[in-house]
Amino acid sequence: MAKEGEDLGETEKLAIKMNKITKTFGKVVANKDVNLELREGEILALLGENGSGKTTLMNMLSGIYFPDHGEIYVHGKEVTIRSPKYAFSLGIGMIHQHFKLVDVLTAAENIILGLDGKVTVNRKEVNKKVSELAQKYGFDLDPTKKIYNMAVSEKQTVEILKVLYRGADILILDEPTAVLTPQETDKLFNVLRNMKEDGKSIIIITHKLNEVMAISDRVAILRKGEYIGVVNTPETDQAQLTEMMVGRPISLKIDRPEVEEKEERLQVIGLTCLNGEGVKALDNVSFTAYGGEILGVAGIAGSGQKELCEAIAGLYPSIGGSVLYSVEHEGTYIKERILGLKPDEISRKGIAMAYVPEDRLGMGLVAGMDMTDNVMLRSYKENKGIFVDRKAPKALSEKLIEELEIVTPGVGTPVGRLSGGNVQKVLLGREIACSPSVLIVAYPVRGLDINSSYRIYDLLNEQKKKGVAVIFIGEDLDVLMEISDRLMVLCGGKVSGIVDPKEVTKEEIGLMMIHVDNQAADDVSGEVDV
Amino acid sequence: MLSTLNSLFIAAVLAGTPLLLGALGEILTEKSGNLNLGVEGMMFMGAITGLAGSYYYEQGVMASGGSPNGVLSAMIALICSFLAGTLGALIYSFLTITLRANQNVTGLTLTIFGTGFGNFFGEYIGQKAGGYVAVGDATKAAFTNLKIPVLSEIPVLGKLLFQYNWLVYFAIILAVAMTWFFNKSRVGLNLRAVGESPATADAAGIDITRYKYIATVIGGGICGIGGMYMSMVTTKGVWVHGCVSGYGWLAVALVIFATWSPARGMLVALVFGGLTIMRMYVNIPGLPAQIYDMLPYVATILVLIITSMRESKEHAQPKSCGINYFREER
Amino acid sequence: MSVQKVKVKEPLLRMAKRDTMSNQKSWTVRGIAFLLSLITGGLVILALGHNPIAVYKSMVVGAWGSPTVIRETVKIAVPLLITAIGISFAFKMKFWNIGGEGQIIVGAVAAGYFGLFTAHILPKLPLVILMLLAGMLAGGLYGLLPALCKAKWGTNETLFTLMLNYIALAFVKYLMNGPWKAPGSSFPKIAMLAPGARLTKVFGVHWGWILALVLVVVSSVYLSKTKQGYEIAVVGESNNTARYAGINVSKVFIRTMFISGALCGLVGMLQFSGADYTITEGIAGGVGFTAITVAWLAKMNPYGMLVVSVFIAMLERGSNAIQTQFKIPASASELLIGIILFFMLGCEFFISYRLIVRGKEETHA
Repeated sequence: MAKEGEDLGETEKLAIKMNKITKTFGKVVANKDVNLELREGEILALLGENGSGKTTLMNMLSGIYFPDHGEIYVHGKEVTIRSPKYAFSLGIGMIHQHFKLVDVLTAAENIILGLDGKVTVNRKEVNKKVSELAQKYGFDLDPTKKIYNMAVSEKQTVEILKVLYRGADILILDEPTAVLTPQETDKLFNVLRNMKEDGKSIIIITHKLNEVMAISDRVAILRKGEYIGVVNTPETDQAQLTEMMVGRPISLKIDRPEVEEKEERLQVIGLTCLNGEGVKALDNVSFTAYGGEILGVAGIAGSGQKELCEAIAGLYPSIGGSVLYSVEHEGTYIKERILGLKPDEISRKGIAMAYVPEDRLGMGLVAGMDMTDNVMLRSYKENKGIFVDRKAPKALSEKLIEELEIVTPGVGTPVGRLSGGNVQKVLLGREIACSPSVLIVAYPVRGLDINSSYRIYDLLNEQKKKGVAVIFIGEDLDVLMEISDRLMVLCGGKVSGIVDPKEVTKEEIGLMMIHVDNQAADDVSGEVDV
Repeated sequence: MLSTLNSLFIAAVLAGTPLLLGALGEILTEKSGNLNLGVEGMMFMGAITGLAGSYYYEQGVMASGGSPNGVLSAMIALICSFLAGTLGALIYSFLTITLRANQNVTGLTLTIFGTGFGNFFGEYIGQKAGGYVAVGDATKAAFTNLKIPVLSEIPVLGKLLFQYNWLVYFAIILAVAMTWFFNKSRVGLNLRAVGESPATADAAGIDITRYKYIATVIGGGICGIGGMYMSMVTTKGVWVHGCVSGYGWLAVALVIFATWSPARGMLVALVFGGLTIMRMYVNIPGLPAQIYDMLPYVATILVLIITSMRESKEHAQPKSCGINYFREER
Repeated sequence: MSVQKVKVKEPLLRMAKRDTMSNQKSWTVRGIAFLLSLITGGLVILALGHNPIAVYKSMVVGAWGSPTVIRETVKIAVPLLITAIGISFAFKMKFWNIGGEGQIIVGAVAAGYFGLFTAHILPKLPLVILMLLAGMLAGGLYGLLPALCKAKWGTNETLFTLMLNYIALAFVKYLMNGPWKAPGSSFPKIAMLAPGARLTKVFGVHWGWILALVLVVVSSVYLSKTKQGYEIAVVGESNNTARYAGINVSKVFIRTMFISGALCGLVGMLQFSGADYTITEGIAGGVGFTAITVAWLAKMNPYGMLVVSVFIAMLERGSNAIQTQFKIPASASELLIGIILFFMLGCEFFISYRLIVRGKEETHA
């Protein structure tokens, strides 16, 4: 492990030094006495699990939050960063994970937002300057394009240019690769290296170890809001970093138990949906999900994952195709058509399909209600009469708290107050409690720390062993490739292939995410055409 | 027939102007992400203070033996009504921006408060004045139609375009200026960002709180001037109980009709103004006068439904409208 | 003892979200805000040259001083309470029904149709039932209209319901001037309801007050114990969650807005047949708006609404007293309600956020 300030010659100066920074939100301590040093002209990876306080720490550099304690030095001078504007004036620019862009404005307008200058905006001149800047770093961008017409990677380009336009020499990128394909990630890393050559100092927040190894000069590690240490990247390996990040040596291997019997559970044939603008969000999607397996679904953000889940669950309208659900009926399986039915109509057919949506508190749960009221969300209609029965849901809540080790002050606490991992346990616990035969989970570990994530993987594997067909929509390719029995790749609403993750490389999947081989797509639909 | 159309047009301009002013104030307010349903209240506040300002000025001058100056009196009315509107908007801003109270309820409360404020002081001053408040001839003259040299004398057009009271031109200039402000100026661009996505604007270094306060407060002031138009022009300088009643809400409706564009606001104000006075000019046999009164409201509902049917990304309410911003929200 | 020095220069005041505040503490905050609002109102009264304490006292006496004025106060509270309950149904599902006024008016008109034109053929009981049903149906349907559009196209209901108020108002004016104009009257006005058809009085006030009390209990049970009440709460929190749970959001919108409108329509019927005995453009008299503040102040709790509506009724009734006694215009009640409400809205901030003054260590348990 490297020591602070080790071998720091006179020539090597610090771009940023954070000393004993503490920040609390209510009772939650997000950062406690954290130290951090960024050298000039280096790429520092800030590594930590979800919820370890990385983003909070960086938000104090960019002026979004204000620390409760501690000092910040920029280029050796103590500073008080009260606002994003002041952070800019110090040359600090942050590219947020959730893009901060105004949809109805153009790229150039977003870039000059909040800048001082003449009373009127000369749009021609601004557009020209933005184009030049983009070319300098190797970006491809139309400055007059409105944000709402842009793809995710284009939006990220705007964010980065916004910071560069302001002349930032210290850049902070918060999980920049989360929304990118492997190829786009490589491209971004090249740009970052260009910037480093240009003399910029860069902090990249991430929890992906391979990226840390690929791009950074040094790695600083946070755990549960506390500063653990810093290491030189060439002198470390993934195992050491993991141990520092989690606090104990753990194996990052995800189980993939083998299940012998595989029954057909769900068949999707030629499913086609339109999005709000009338463009096909799903285009002729066909696949079959079997009991006793996990079918992974990969793709860049917005490739139709949400529409796919919701169309199957009865929440999104379709314009074509069919979804057949195998229901056991007196020993034999019959196929029920469920496409176009509402969620309550599906459950009235005796179908136990569980769905853990991406937006946990905005769709799966009611943030302001307590656990009892949330647990009965999908079953409150079952008892007779006009009154709700809260006894059984309350008992189930208590059982879930015990079995899944949900940390909560009690069943009466609004679920919105629980931590991300516990919220997900409540949601998944409720869905599993209805003994489903198909379980659809969308981004089930997003925002969760490693322990919670592994608990979720275990729960999913348990369901698989019970013979449930699990459909796992994920964003982390490494996880998807480890946990899935088969992996379906979506690209622009089309299936670009269903592969065996044991037999393909990550790069091959990355290519499938951005390119549909029509022949392959036809093969796929042919395969399930019974 | 033609003369009826001409006089309908003129009457529509006159009736539409207070609506335009109220709507311009609300557009400015909503562009900052504040949905202020207190337009009616602020107009009431402006109506009574504008009238009271002129009235007390005249009383003061006459008590000291002088004769009141109409232009000065009109300026006093303008400033008083603007300040009263800003006062109402300031209460609203403090509650919603600083104290993060619900925008809908705060706006409604402002309407209740402002209506009470207007009627209360209207009657109170009336009582003191021995019955009712009315401004003198000098002030009245300052709010009558202008005679612009040369232009006013152009046949037909002169009458149609150049013979209104000064507030009409004030409102039109304001609408043009606001159009320029939103589309061309840097501050206008920043303000739009604040209304669309405060978190973005904040991260870009824009002082959200200041922008919201200033836009909302000035917007309120403009609404106040709209109210002053009602008491000084529409009721000719006499306080009439409940004189603004409904106009503030029509102004809110107009904002939707104009799809948050000050330039379109002028056109829509003309249409609304026309609808409110149409019964006096167009007589359709069998259609009673009160049914005409419904027309602006029915029209607004139709526009509401139509705009909601074809969702437009750009000609829509600023996205953060109705939602308060707290930077450290987690 | 050395005090730890905070080196970083903080902004003078910062705020942070508070954990939950104890009930007792939050009610203390509200109590202080209420007192402050009375003091502010008192300052206004003082500025007008009156003694605030005398004026407030006169308001209280004017509202509760004798059986006659108590009956008047109750008469004001009843429509306010029922409308507030009605509106709270919509507000619970975050449907901003600002159309209480209009729904009251159409309720009164529908009841008026039977009351004015069938009183001579129908006996009292069936007539009253008919008026009741007609009023509720009309109010409900009037509330249904914006709900349908919201369910189908997501039309903004705040402005829709608002516009409907003015349409209803214009309609009443039309009836007063035209088809329903009282025969032989030179003024545009509608005839009086025949004395035999008027609502029976219980303790000097029409039985609407009993109905209002029953509604407090029923609505409280409906909202917290029934499936439909649960659905309203889910829809109010998130339409997406509701759809996910298999709740037909459109149906809940429509059903709840029908109930909300029907309760307002019921108020119109009660005002017509129990209080005013005729229909004027003032039949709703701002109740639809004031009720919104009643519901909000009571945090949508029906029992709370009972307390708040009685209080507001006291203010309104009391301001009539101060008008006669001190020559303070009766609009003072609106002014005062506004001030009180501003304070109550503002004080919620201090319940959910805490302020951190520069240099002060925050110690929180």
